[in-house]
Amino acid sequence: MATRPLALPSPFALPSPLAMLLRAAVLALLAFAIFGPLLNLLLWAFAERWYFPNKLPIEFGLTYWYRVFQPRGNALASLGTSVWIALLTVAFSLAVAIPAGYALARLKLPWRGAILLTFLLPQAVPNLPVYVNIAQVFYQIGLNGTILGVVLVHASHGLVLAVWIASAAFASVDASLEEASRNLGASPWTCFRTVTLPLATPGLIASAIFVFLESLDEFTGTYFVGVPDVTTLPLLMFNATMGGNYQISSITALLLLIPSIGFMLVVERFLKADVLAMVGR
Amino acid sequence: MMHGSGRRVTSEAYSRPEFAPLLDGAVSLDRKLKRLVQRYARARSRLGSSGCGKTTLLRSIAGFVLPDSGTIKVGGRDITRLPPEARETAMMFQSYALWPHMSVADNIAYGLRMRGWKKDAMAARVEEMLKLLQLQGFGPRPVTQLSGGQRQRVAMGRALAVDPHLLLLDEPMSNLDYKVRLELRHELRALQKRIGITAVYVTHDREEALTLADRIAVIDAGRIVQIGAPEQIFHQPSSAFVAGFMGADNALDLVRTENGGLATVTNGVPPEQRIRAHFRSDAARLDGAPPAEDDLVFTGTVAQSVYVGQGYRYRVRAGNADIWVHAPERVAEGTTARVIVPRAALLLFSKDSSL
Repeated sequence: MATRPLALPSPFALPSPLAMLLRAAVLALLAFAIFGPLLNLLLWAFAERWYFPNKLPIEFGLTYWYRVFQPRGNALASLGTSVWIALLTVAFSLAVAIPAGYALARLKLPWRGAILLTFLLPQAVPNLPVYVNIAQVFYQIGLNGTILGVVLVHASHGLVLAVWIASAAFASVDASLEEASRNLGASPWTCFRTVTLPLATPGLIASAIFVFLESLDEFTGTYFVGVPDVTTLPLLMFNATMGGNYQISSITALLLLIPSIGFMLVVERFLKADVLAMVGR
Repeated sequence: MMHGSGRRVTSEAYSRPEFAPLLDGAVSLDRKLKRLVQRYARARSRLGSSGCGKTTLLRSIAGFVLPDSGTIKVGGRDITRLPPEARETAMMFQSYALWPHMSVADNIAYGLRMRGWKKDAMAARVEEMLKLLQLQGFGPRPVTQLSGGQRQRVAMGRALAVDPHLLLLDEPMSNLDYKVRLELRHELRALQKRIGITAVYVTHDREEALTLADRIAVIDAGRIVQIGAPEQIFHQPSSAFVAGFMGADNALDLVRTENGGLATVTNGVPPEQRIRAHFRSDAARLDGAPPAEDDLVFTGTVAQSVYVGQGYRYRVRAGNADIWVHAPERVAEGTTARVIVPRAALLLFSKDSSL
């Protein structure tokens, strides 16, 4: 009699047809939930004509793309505004996050935990009441409808990410590396510039990217503070959707996807495990 | 945790319980430190068990810890209140602390750049250091690609390149294999002699201290308990603590007999008459040649035997004392044996002098 290997249930063994069917169904549902809306977006972006009761567009074409990208179309202008606001938000957030993160990571601050939580507050409180208040205050001091106003609103969000990640990035720099630098004759500032900052840079880049994406996507705050003078891409998309122009809103949505996906790939490279382990420490 | 009269120290080190002993002894430590650092242009090893304050002492010389009181002088210059970068000391860290974002050459050149060296002079000095440490050709490599021993040498090169007044070494060998450590120990000693640099070397490894040092300072609980040449520390320890630390692992209470000899303590002997005796396990012998007149003889049973490469180490249970003795021959556990300790091998300390 031939010896038989122990029959262990293996995940690689061929399952029964029913189990296979079930698995396929779950996977299909999942795929539909994730990719379905994106596919719909793609269809709408290239649909020339599509109305009830047709399941698919009647006519495909690039007419709306021309409309979006023509010099007179305000899509490109609002893309520019969006990117400009995002860059300013990143600059502002980093300007605060670098000193704050360093202080939180290195100095023995008495209220460390409380300070970290303070930066978290804008996320914890419901957004709308905060924005309504901000809009009112900004209106009084003339910040409503200005780029600066929108940047400040975006930064209130971005700072949480920026400060927390920056603090983690600085904390993951071994203190003895700084001591070695001071020991060999570097002043505190030179030490920071030549040792601490370069070593924290990957984490800082990651935090900058997060802030950038957060700002690019932001809608509610911009709506309350920026409208009608500042039109970002999400606002444009909102207006197009409300006006029933699904083609324009789909195309702008696709435009918004590009930096998000691109940066996500980059962030994955910069945000190392040792930095992540320090978040919130 | 603050020293009553001293100034406020914000260093984290002082708030950690293991440094508490140093804090208690901070005044005496610094007074001795002053004397210590002022005088010698020789390599010195500091020895002590972990947490006794030797690293804190080194860090206060480097300027990372501010002493509560006392002064630190290097070559007559008071550096107590100077920031680290103005002290002209170069420290070699236990972790080496090489900058991972720089090449080997950039690491070594860092101190020179801080001192405003010209580019070609800097390159020449780096080359000189690489040659000295047998790292030729390693200049452009990232330090992350080096082995432990190579990193150690780069850290050494980085410290030596600036020609410091004082080289500080914080257990630089503790991260290396035993074999590499043995080699580097001799290399380091040869290098230090060749360059003729004053170095303070912190270690808890007795052998390392004995091989490397011109003078050894033994630290216990933040105090320097003995300073002297290695031979002196080894053969004439000033206290029971130093004796134990330098490998005199047997400790017994003895009492002086009427005819001037020594005997083991019986129950009736009051503590003030007792004498603490230390001796090395290899200075005693198991039976063998008959004992001389004033030798100390213990009779007991062999309770444990351990093979240690060159012979055996035995634990002999004599009365209520355990005696460790080294012997070349094999003796079965449980046999009755005599341990003979020559009078000259005994290091005696009266009870109150022991720390």
